[in-house]
Amino acid sequence: MRITLRVWRQPGPEAQGEFRTYEAPEVSEDMSFLELIDAVNEDLLEKGEEPIACDSDCREGICGMCGVMINGLPHGPSEGTATCQLHMRKFQDGDLIEVEPWRAAAFPVIRDLVVDRSAFDTIIESGGYVSVSTGSAPDANEILVPKSASDAAMDAAACIGCGACVAACPNSAAQLFTSAKLAHLNLLPQGQPERWDRVEIMVDTMEEFFGSCTNHGECEKACPKEITIDFIAMMNADYVKSKFKNRRRLGQKKAG
Amino acid sequence: MLTETRPSGDTSQKPVPPRRQREKSGIWLVDFYTSAVGKKWVMAITGIGLIGFVLSHMVGNLKVYAGAEDFDHYAEFLREMLVPIFPRTVFLWLVRGGLVMMFVFHIHSAISLARLNLQANASYATKRDYVAANFASRTMRWTGPIILLYLIFHLADLTWGVEPAATAVFERGEAYANLVASFERPVVAGIYIVANLALGFHLYHGTWSLFQSLGVNNPAYNTARRYLAGGVAAAIVIGNCSFPIAVLAGVVD
Amino acid sequence: MQLNSSVPPGPIADKWENHKFSLPLVNPNNKRKFDIIMVGSGLAGASAAATLAELGYNVKVFCYQDSPRRAHSISAQGGINAAKNYQNDGDSVFRLFYDTVKGGDYRSREANVHRLAEVSVDIIDQCAAQGVPFAREYGGLLDNRSFGGAQVSRTFYARGQTGQQLLLGAYQALCRQIAKGKVEMHTRTEMLDLVIEDGIARGIVTRDMLTGEIRSHSAHVVVLGTGGYSNTYYLSTNAMGCNNTGTWRAHRRGAFFANPCYTQIHPTCIPSSDEFQSKLTLMSESLRNDGRIWVPKQADDPRSPDLIPEAERDYYLERRYPAFGNLVPRDVASRNAKSMIDVEKGVGQRKNGVYLDFSDAIARDGVQLITEKYGNLLDMYERITGEDPYKVPMRIYPAPHYTMGGLWVDYNLMSNVPGLFVIGEANFSDHGANRLGASALMQGLADGYFVLPYTIGGWLSGLLNTKPLPVDHEAFRKTEAEVADRINGFLSCRGSRSADWFHRELGKILWNYCGMARTESGLEKALSEIPALRSEFEKNLRVLGTNEQLNQSLEKAGRVADSIDLAELMCQDALHRRESCGGHFREESQTEEGEAKRDDENFTYVAAWESQGPGHAAALHKEPLDFENVALTQRSYK
Repeated sequence: MRITLRVWRQPGPEAQGEFRTYEAPEVSEDMSFLELIDAVNEDLLEKGEEPIACDSDCREGICGMCGVMINGLPHGPSEGTATCQLHMRKFQDGDLIEVEPWRAAAFPVIRDLVVDRSAFDTIIESGGYVSVSTGSAPDANEILVPKSASDAAMDAAACIGCGACVAACPNSAAQLFTSAKLAHLNLLPQGQPERWDRVEIMVDTMEEFFGSCTNHGECEKACPKEITIDFIAMMNADYVKSKFKNRRRLGQKKAG
Repeated sequence: MLTETRPSGDTSQKPVPPRRQREKSGIWLVDFYTSAVGKKWVMAITGIGLIGFVLSHMVGNLKVYAGAEDFDHYAEFLREMLVPIFPRTVFLWLVRGGLVMMFVFHIHSAISLARLNLQANASYATKRDYVAANFASRTMRWTGPIILLYLIFHLADLTWGVEPAATAVFERGEAYANLVASFERPVVAGIYIVANLALGFHLYHGTWSLFQSLGVNNPAYNTARRYLAGGVAAAIVIGNCSFPIAVLAGVVD
Repeated sequence: MQLNSSVPPGPIADKWENHKFSLPLVNPNNKRKFDIIMVGSGLAGASAAATLAELGYNVKVFCYQDSPRRAHSISAQGGINAAKNYQNDGDSVFRLFYDTVKGGDYRSREANVHRLAEVSVDIIDQCAAQGVPFAREYGGLLDNRSFGGAQVSRTFYARGQTGQQLLLGAYQALCRQIAKGKVEMHTRTEMLDLVIEDGIARGIVTRDMLTGEIRSHSAHVVVLGTGGYSNTYYLSTNAMGCNNTGTWRAHRRGAFFANPCYTQIHPTCIPSSDEFQSKLTLMSESLRNDGRIWVPKQADDPRSPDLIPEAERDYYLERRYPAFGNLVPRDVASRNAKSMIDVEKGVGQRKNGVYLDFSDAIARDGVQLITEKYGNLLDMYERITGEDPYKVPMRIYPAPHYTMGGLWVDYNLMSNVPGLFVIGEANFSDHGANRLGASALMQGLADGYFVLPYTIGGWLSGLLNTKPLPVDHEAFRKTEAEVADRINGFLSCRGSRSADWFHRELGKILWNYCGMARTESGLEKALSEIPALRSEFEKNLRVLGTNEQLNQSLEKAGRVADSIDLAELMCQDALHRRESCGGHFREESQTEEGEAKRDDENFTYVAAWESQGPGHAAALHKEPLDFENVALTQRSYK
């Protein structure tokens, strides 16, 4: 089939960007979307034009490296699918496909379709872990985890950190990303000792970069792992509780 | 082409720096309110209060169908609420004070969150295709100010009696007559209807959304929340819009 | 040169304990005086970096991705083995050790494998405590499954995303250390060379992938956790960015490359659909627990699978291996699939697959149970192929997936270059000639959490009160200049073909002659075609743009150049090893039934290759392998 691509080209972080149009006359429907970009890039190289910069790595929907806006939808039209797993059979012969990088103030464009998502790492660094140094763990079966808690935690932990939630949000909020990590750890017994500190510091860090949630639910629909916004509600509830729990305890000289 | 291989100083990549830093307050309530999640909480809590007000206001006003005497009696009752615990009109003023506070916090948090979001956002050059966001959720920013303007108009019209919002025949205490006189003006009736439609949309998203902001939702009730939101919005729109229509239609005069 | 494996003396079960005691310690206050460079942030790299930082060392971590969380360990699906014996089915450290040595076709180092089995139990404890959401029983205890042909249930798993969850655990531990300032994280930074002075590894030279800045980093010790080299085949299950530059540059600087011909071809991948295919997708091997593999009995059968009656189907694995059936080890399953396609029994449009059929399992267990177990995998299959595996049998075909070979290391995981340690898939030591399912995650984390943090102390304790070589030292300047020259070479070539084109051509050569079955004549052909490809590459490569920007074609050019060299070494090693073992199948060396036949008398050794510089054949060094605890037998899965 024949596809016309309108792609955002921007040589560098400070440079002006613009759309350029490319024709792909022979697209197989078994191709993935990124393979289409590969093919266009081979073409460009032949013509002496610099290829489109576009992040991707595992190409099986788990590393979270890829992700672009395709026709105004993060990761394109397939639900629960990352850009690399989107196949051209979802499109029709003669389609025009518009491709744009994620847009958010906290995700500056590096080049073409590549953005900087380091703010996500900063959020995890602020508290998205269980403090357990290597070697100090008890026998794994000494920590009993109800199957339901484990399953729910796994649902949340499936997040691949691609940034589609932020890209989808009209407010560029990172609530879904942050709440998924919080829910993963806070639902498990292992996460309880640090639960309230974790939620407070991670929410505060998130708000240094991103917008606020207005409960549109766009993030949930864009998420390639179909993570639910119920986790955002859990984060909101935990955040207010943390303000009580983190107050100075009786006999404590200084609030931790 | 490479010209320089030895860099001067550390130019290695740095993570994106935070866009804003929040002063931590020692008073936890203040601290809570300065966070965006906290503001959403305040919006939700004040939202519940305001929904309660709007609902009871609408239900109370249904007395208009019982005639002038009942309606004026209801207006008088509001002034005499909790007498003799409080002197006459004192409790009403307390309620009014509470309502004003709720409006202030609701509006202040809305404005500051909107500003935060505007700063956090970078807009797309292509057309954004929304999947989950509905008309109501996306117009909160517009329905809010419409409701505020309408509220001021409504107070000027039927509480303070300030012309031109109020009619020339406005008379303090004559609630029923004031209302009928006001709604007999088709333009005013139109304003009321349009404003209440905006209110309906605002409440539709607000009622659904507040559970999320408060974090009291549960997957089992998520569908029911949609129905609840629809019910609240419909009750308000139908109830409130019925008054001007009834006046114009001559059912109430 | 004599290769000293430094395996400690004593009975195998005591070696590690004794060795840990005999290793010199670094005083806690002195640890902060040592700098460590860690290249790679996968399971091995992230876990090691986090653990070393917890101990007090200063660690610099480098990865080419935009976040350490994206390393390719994340794609591992099936699970992680551990000799916990939670299922009371007779598992033990010794049994895991035994299975791994046997599964590796007796080409691994016994002592390393035993240590791996010993620490496997600690890994599960550590990961569970980190909050890895392993599958649970209703009572809250950990669930296990049998995996990859094991006769016991020792595999721990987190749905079909075990690698992801274990990596996130390690990544989160790493993040904690980054926040504490003990780890300095360099993302989108690629190691382009190793710096050696006085025969000791002193640091690395990197390129900032956003600005093109070439920069030196110096430390007391350099650790490579850069993964395997399956991507040399172009079409593999590895990520697009997986590359051999780290290990190959180290090899060029003197580190020995061991057993490069040991590559694993995973039996259950989705067959390629067209010429544009950029990578192959793996479907977890766990599918073989319930799915049945078959081909039509009649060659070139044009019928759709549902029209082929039971009697005309050949369940060839069940027929040939009644005891193990569909669960034979990976190398056996892959070779058998190839043999079916070689006789024109392949299925699908391109006749390049075999059926993996769930209809019997669905009839037996119901759709719900199958969905619960494999739902995400079946969905993924449908997304990629557009076919519904609940109705139509899946088509699968083997694909390069894991490489057992890697840089040679001793028992301490140090290469023959002092000060250079190699962990995870990048080293060679634990899997012999074939890796068992669910053992890669185990090895990566064993090296990172529980082996390297001990053994690295043995090297560092000798360096107390020494400073790393300053980065303006001649050795760094020289290496930087060489790196810059290479980059300038790529940019100034101005030919007509993309790096990808060369990679694809290289992949075809390797897959045809150094893939699942290898012959002397084929390998010789490959060894004549690869140099031709290299000279074409040197003449006709086209890279546009400059160095001082994000330039993905430039990155690729460097990686492909190194892959071409490595491919040659793979073929050289495969040619020299005139026996079949594990993933290395030489057609000249097979039993009458067509099974792999080892030549223990002549080939029970590790082939460690020393680079003689570009254009010269590498020199072979042998580390003999002694088997004192496991008797060498011909593997049989009948």
